This record gives sequence, structure tokens and C-alpha cells, in this order.
Amino acid sequence: MSLFWILLLPLLGTVVPLLTDRFGRTACAFATAALPALALVLVLLQVPAVFDGQSVVATLPWIPLLGLELSVHLDGLALLFAILVLGIGLLIILYARYYLSDKDSMGLFYAYLILFMTAMLGIVVSHNILQMWVFWEMTSVSSFLLISFWNHNSDARKGARMAMTVTGLGGLALLAGVIMIGNIVGSYDLTAVLSSGDLLREHAAYPVIVILVLLGAFTKSAQFPFHFWLPYAMAAPTPVSAYLHSATMVKAGIFLMARFYPVLSGTELWFVIVSLTGLTTLLIGAYTALFKHDLKGLLAYSTVSHLGLITLLLGMGSDMAAVAAVFHIINHAIFKASLFMAAGIIDHETGTRDMRRLSGLWKYMPYTATLAMVAAASMAGVPLLNGFLSKEMFFAETLDQSSLGSLSWMIPVLATVGTAFSVAYSLRFIHDVFFGGEPEELPKQPHEPPRYMRLPIDILVALCLLVGIWPALLIGNLLAVAAGAVVGGDLPDYGLYIWHGFNLPLLMSALAMTGGAYVYFNREKLFTFQAQFPEANANLIFDKSVKWVMKHCARFIDWFENGSLQRYAFLLILLALVLLGLPLIDLNTTAGLRPQIPVDAVMLSGAALLALSSLATVIWHRKRLIALLMLSVVGLIVSLAFALFSAPDLALTQLSVEVVTIILLLLALFFLPQSTPKESSPSRVARDLTIAAIFGGIIGTINYAIITRPLDSISDFFLDNAKSGGGGTNVVNVILVDFRGFDTLGEITVLGIAALGIYKLIARMGLFKPTSDDDGRPWTEDKHPMMLSVISQGLLPLALLVSAYIFLRGHNLPGGGFIAGLVTSIAIIQQYIAHGVDWLKDRLKLDYQKVIGSGLLIATLTGLGSWAFGYPFLTSWYDYWTWPVIGEFEVASAIAFDLGVYLTVVGATMLILANLGQHTTTERARETEHQ
Amino acid sequence: MEAIFAFCVGLMTACGLFLTLRGRTFPVVVGITLLSYAVNLFLFSSGRLLINGATILGQSDQYADPLPQALVLTAIVIGFAMTAFVVILAIRARSDLGNDHVDGRNPPGAGLPSDRLKEKN
Repeated sequence: MSLFWILLLPLLGTVVPLLTDRFGRTACAFATAALPALALVLVLLQVPAVFDGQSVVATLPWIPLLGLELSVHLDGLALLFAILVLGIGLLIILYARYYLSDKDSMGLFYAYLILFMTAMLGIVVSHNILQMWVFWEMTSVSSFLLISFWNHNSDARKGARMAMTVTGLGGLALLAGVIMIGNIVGSYDLTAVLSSGDLLREHAAYPVIVILVLLGAFTKSAQFPFHFWLPYAMAAPTPVSAYLHSATMVKAGIFLMARFYPVLSGTELWFVIVSLTGLTTLLIGAYTALFKHDLKGLLAYSTVSHLGLITLLLGMGSDMAAVAAVFHIINHAIFKASLFMAAGIIDHETGTRDMRRLSGLWKYMPYTATLAMVAAASMAGVPLLNGFLSKEMFFAETLDQSSLGSLSWMIPVLATVGTAFSVAYSLRFIHDVFFGGEPEELPKQPHEPPRYMRLPIDILVALCLLVGIWPALLIGNLLAVAAGAVVGGDLPDYGLYIWHGFNLPLLMSALAMTGGAYVYFNREKLFTFQAQFPEANANLIFDKSVKWVMKHCARFIDWFENGSLQRYAFLLILLALVLLGLPLIDLNTTAGLRPQIPVDAVMLSGAALLALSSLATVIWHRKRLIALLMLSVVGLIVSLAFALFSAPDLALTQLSVEVVTIILLLLALFFLPQSTPKESSPSRVARDLTIAAIFGGIIGTINYAIITRPLDSISDFFLDNAKSGGGGTNVVNVILVDFRGFDTLGEITVLGIAALGIYKLIARMGLFKPTSDDDGRPWTEDKHPMMLSVISQGLLPLALLVSAYIFLRGHNLPGGGFIAGLVTSIAIIQQYIAHGVDWLKDRLKLDYQKVIGSGLLIATLTGLGSWAFGYPFLTSWYDYWTWPVIGEFEVASAIAFDLGVYLTVVGATMLILANLGQHTTTERARETEHQ
Repeated sequence: MEAIFAFCVGLMTACGLFLTLRGRTFPVVVGITLLSYAVNLFLFSSGRLLINGATILGQSDQYADPLPQALVLTAIVIGFAMTAFVVILAIRARSDLGNDHVDGRNPPGAGLPSDRLKEKN
């Protein structure tokens, strides 16, 4: 369980800075650091287990059937990255305490930073690759927030947007790749994925997967041609650059390649793409870095170049190259983070990062200068420093590969050239900034930074030296387990020594050193040469392409989504038509084997009436009242059909709903035009008729095909258990209130919500009240005819009695809450029609919203009641009691549930009709309290 | 009988669909109602057609399938709620927008005022 805490602690830590911001900067920094520090301790506690080679995994199932789970692990690679993320993160927290000015919101900055830390940690410790992807996206989002932290600055906003777009698109590609891997392997579990290397490599989709995964990795790790976002991300505060854009986030892509190295590498495709991309990035980055006048720009391109170097190593395919890659990940994180922090200090204390203005700072900040020089020397690969060791390994590997066939000699040569440029820009960083005369017109008088702002650099530079001198002692084990996880097997023998004797790699180093020095001291010529080329501004190109995409998207949307509902409905129906029609073509025989019911004259005339009234509804649809009358005929015949085909419950329901619906639609006609204008063009009518006819034909065919085939139903279960389990003989009702009571509860809830929605729609409706019908005839003066009043008043008790009877017998005979509720509603509506809203308001003081509420409450409480007896929700209970006079009587908890249904139906129906109805009275009902 | 039943369901679907594709709200509501009749009959018939079957235990040997009946019963009631919601929405749209076209504005070129809605609060 402690594994989850590794992830959970930083996540909780995200809110800490926001809460402690007000207690001052130092307190805030310490509080922020506390939880990540604890997480680091938890990680370090796992070190012995990981070194022993135990698998350290913790899993929380979420949706086991879908294979979705929360799964966290620590293997060698995850351990290495977790230490980097948390360790450097803590140093950055300390550094940022001094870096941020009073104007910046420290709490917010730390919150973003810790959010990013959590996300990055999530990537490396995820044991489920889908979960890893989620964290991957989280790093994109949190890095967007961090880059745009100074959001008053347009460069920051643009840089953040570009980083988000590029890494976000890569993330989508990665998602596709992850899902494909999951589909092929059959699991998203990392152990399963890592053991399916051969399966994946031999699969037909392998090239697609490799390209998708690499797109994700290359965009994240700023590999050519996606490298352009990283320099623009330098608009971020320097702690962010040091953390995200050198030590951690840009390494996520490298991490991804390393993670999938055992399953995806080992093929020609992988070698060619990865190694060539890495080599190109290495050269372009190193070359461009030399020409950047901005300190951070130089470091950014240098980062691009070193990431290219690691990628190249991962693309070489030898186990030793993978070891070198992991080693360089560690070294680069250490020296580049310290260099960024040094650059931040220079910026902070002098007010500029422009190397054309900076010079001779040695005099003013000798301590910082020393630190920066050691780190830069490590970047250049000077012996006795950690950068030298991994560079030697890199050189040795370039000599020892043959992926380009007879052109393989080019790789060591180009690697040496790249390193020479790396030496040159490192020299520039040192010489331009700290030496070479007095600084010119600096905005601030330079001086040493506060003691503790330098402390993180002290630590990192000390590590550069220590790792450089005692590599095996300090990180030998960590490197071995991490590289072991990358290679996915036994490691080759290798030695971490400072001195390997005089050999070819050492010669290459020497060449690179002298070459780099030569390039640097003759840089004027190179600068003149480079000045001939117009500088490509990636920002402008990016902006242009974004605008181009937006313009075309907008044009497409304007064309496709023109705001016409008719068009959308048409397109949807067309789609449904295709989806329904195509499978039918494969169906050879329409009629099934079930014996069919013989036709008699009554059925035939019923069907004819149904067909004719349906058609009449369509033909006369412009005359709305007539169409409505025709519709009611259809509804009545439908209820007769239910009665005919042995569904008395349905017949009763349909009949009563029919009455309510037609009354509602008649009421609606009062507020709507009485006729429809003729506006569809003949071709539109023809088109709609065609598609409707085809659709009807398809539905009819499907229906025929279904009902003529024998039935194999699950209903026998309900028939067998209705009496013994539910205590009722009306199986339909028992299903509603017992077997599928939870569904019914949901449905009456929907009913209640719909009614309340309607209530709100009506309550705030601007009054549209015609004084006459469409032909100009005024409404009748005799609003409540006496005949109607008298008869309906007499009918009321009768109707209520019927409804009570239907309700009570519902469990055993046709009836039940739904039908009884509708019958009651009709009885009340009749009173409304006969007497008007005001008359009834004085006599029937029912708040229909409360009726709905109590109905839902009763139904829910009935369900909850079974918990009190230790049964699952909505378990029903029944027993037989002998009552005086009545005799044996069944009492079932289901009847209470049915009462809830009844009340909800009454409340909903009445809320709809009574509210709409009151608007038709001449005096509008008193302004309701909702206005 | 099955053929006639299926024919009627198909015809009602076609009629309902045609009305659903009209441009004014009321025919659309009528169309949806018609369509929901067809859908209910369709779903109901998935339990197969049976004349004089029993739905109450102990009445006969041959039982009608109760499951589709139970599902359709709630579907009818919910269908009413949805029809009511749509029709009230149509009334509200007319009072807010001043016309009863499904797009909220009269189509251009029909000789009707095609102004969009008057902004409400």
C-alpha cells in the first residue's frame, strides 16, 4: 500500500502551497517540500527490494471486467526516474523560493509544480499503460500551466500553447499506440505487455504501433522535427526550465522509449527511425546552440542535442548502448539542471540573459561562476566529471554498431562533430559570461545570490564531480537495475572506470575537445556564415499553420453544421438507415418458422383503420386539429392491439396515456399556430417521403423477421418466480415493482425530473395568449358548460374509486401504480376542464411538486427499508394476513413501492397539465412566486 | 396476422419519420408521438404475438411474454413525459422566439419575418 502513497502524497501536496501561501515564503516552501520529501523517503525504502530484483507492484481493481485498474510499481527504471523527479524537484522547490519575486503568486506556482511532479511520477510508476497515458497527458497540461505562469507575457502564452499543441498531438498518437498494444496483447498490464515482445514485433500492425508510440516520444522529448517547441518553452520561469525542460518532462519521451524498449526495439524499423532521428537531433541541436545569444536558448538547444544523443543510443540496439543511454539520462539531468539554475541566478542578479551584454562576471560572482564552469565542463565532457564517462561510453558504442551497413563509419564521425559543437557552446557559455572584459550596461549591479539559492547547484555540481570520480560506488547499482529494466534481461559486463586506457573513444574525445576549442575561437567566421540564412521563426510558422487549420475547420463546420435541425435529423436517419439496412441484405429468408396467427375480419378492419388514420395524420398534418384527431385514432387502435395480443396492462396504460396526451396536445394547440404553412419544396417532400418509406420498410421487415421466429425468452424465470418470490400473480406488475424495481425507480425519477423541467419552462414563459383562433373567431363565452360540470362532478368519486381498485388489485390482476395514477390524473383533469383552474384551486389544495417528491421518497424508502432487515436494496417482502370482514389479505412491501409510483405519476401528470392549463384562463393565474 | 402487424408498424414508422422531418414544431411532436407508438408496438411484439394468452398466473397454460410488456409499460409512461417536455419546449420556443420553426427562425424566402430571437434576460 505504501506504493500508492508515493503517488498520493505529492497529489495531496498540490493543495499544500495554496493553503500555506499566507504564512510567508519560507514557510510555504518548507510545507510544500514536506510531502514530496516523504514520498522520496518511501521510494528510498523500496530500494533494497528493487535491488534484490523483487517485483514491487500494488494494484487496486477498478473495473476488473474491462481490465481497468489502478496499478503502481517500482522497477529499476521507475526507481531511477522517481528519484530524479522527487530529488531534483525538492532542489527546485528550494531554488524557486529565492527565484520568484514578491509579485509572483508563490502558492500557485508551487501548486502547479507539485501537480507536474505528481504527473511525472505517475508516468514512471504506472504499471498499467493506459494509466501511464493519463499521467502523460497530465504532464502536458501542468507544463502548459507552468510555461504560461507569467501569463501577462505574450511569449509565455504562445510558448505554452505551442508546447501544449505539439505534446498534446503526440499524446493522442501515443494513446492510439497504447490502445493498439492493449488490443494485441489483450491487457494493459505492463508485465503482460513486456512479456509479449515477439507477439507485438510479429504482428502486422507493428509498424503502425512503433510510429505512433515514437510520435508520442519524439514530440515530448523534442526530437527533430518536433524540437522547435522546446526553445519557446523557455519563456517559463527558470525553475520550470530546469525541472521540466531539462531534468524530467523532456525525459518522459526517452522514458517511454526505454519502457517499451524490450518489446518494440530489435527490428530494422526501430533502429532506422530512432537512431537517425537521434543523430539528426543531436547535430541540429548542438549546431544551433552555438548561435543562441540567450543563455537559456543556448541551454535549450543543448538539451535538444543531448536528448538526441540519448535517443541515438536507444536506437543502436545493443545492450551496452542502452546502459549508456540510462547513464546519460542521469548525468544530463544533473549537469543540465544545475546549468539552468546557474543561468537563472545570472538572470536574477544581473537582469539579463543576453550573452552579448554579459561578460566578466567572474569578478562579481566567483562562487557561482565556479559552479557553472564545473557543470558546463561536465556538459562538454571533460574528464573527471560525470558527463565524460557517459560520453566515452557513447563513443565506444558508435564505433561498435553497424546499423547503416557500410555507411556505419559516419555515425562515430558525426558523433564527434556533434560533440565538438557541444564543447564549443560550453566554452561560449563559460567564456562569454564569466570572462572577456567588463560587462556592459547591466540593468543591475551583479553580485552573488543568497546562500540558499546556490545550495541546489552546490549539491548537483558536487554530484557531477563525485559521480565523475567514483561512478561505480555512487550509482553503479542504480544504473544496473535501471538498465536491466530497459534491456529486459541480463546486462553485458561493463566497468564504470574513469580510465579505460588509450583507446579510440579517448581519441574521439580529444578530437572533439580540440575541434570544439577551434570552432569557438574562430566563431566569428561561423557567425558571419550563419547570418546569411534568414532565421526561421518557428513561432510564426506555427501560428500560420494553426490559423490555416482553424480556418479550414471553421469552413468545414459552417458547411456541415449549418444550424438546420431538419438537416441533422435527416443525416442521422440516413446513417441509421445504412446501419440497419446493410445487415438485412445478408438475411436470406424473411419469414421464420413460427406458426402464424390466422387473420379475421375484425383484425383486418382494425389494421385498415390504423393504416388509414396514420396516413391521414400525415396528409392533413397542416391542419393541426384534424391531424391530432387522427393521431388519437391511431393511439386508440394501438391500445386495442395491446388488448388483442394478451397485454391487458399495456392496453389500460396506453388508453389512459392516450387521453392525457391528446388533452395535452390540444392544450398546446392553444399556444401554437392552428395550421402549418406550406414551405417544404416538392423535392424536399419527395426526399423525406422516400427516406421515411424506406425506413418504414426496413423496420417492418425487421419486425416481421423477428415475430415470425420462435422465441427463446428469459421470461420463464419471471413466470416461475412471480408468485413464490414476489407474491403476486400479475407477472407484469411483479416485474415492475419487484424483479426490476430498480429500473422502475429510475424511470419514475426521470418522470419526476421531466415534470419539474416542464414546470420551470412554463413558470418563466412570456405570455403568448391568442384572443381568437386562427380564423379570427373569438373563444366561446361559455367556458364551463353546465352539463359538463354536473356530469364530471358526479363522475369524480366513481373515477377515484376505480383507480383505487385498479391500484389495489394491481399485484394480482391487470392494474398497478402506473395505470391507477393515470386514471386518477384523468379524473382530476376532467374537473379542471369542466370547472377551470381557479375553481379547483380553492377546492384541491395539492402541491403537485410535493406529490412527486413524496412519491419518489416512498419508493426509495421502501427500497432502503430492506437494508434494515439485512437484505439488498429493494428486496420485497410479503405475507398473508387474515383481516376481519375482508378475510385473507396479502400485504407486500411492493405495494408501498407501487404507491410511490402512483404518487409520482399523478404528481407529474398534473404538474404538467395543470400548469399549462392555467395559462389558458383569461385572467392569467396570479403571478407565481417564481417570477 | 404477423405480416399485417409488421406492415402497420412499418407504416407508422414511416409516417412518424416523415412528420419528424417537417420544419414546424407541432408536426414534429405529432411525428414523435406516432413514432413512439410504432416503437412500443415493435418492442412489445418482440415477445411474439399471442391471442388469448394468459398474463395472470393460473389462468391458462399459454403465457404471454411478460418481460416486453413490463418494459413497454414504463416506456409508454416515459414516452408521455418526453412528448410533454418536447411540446412545452415548442410552446416556450414560440413565446421566446416568436415563431414555431424547429431552427428557431423562419426560413429565408418564405415571406415570413425571419428575425432571430429577441434576447431574453
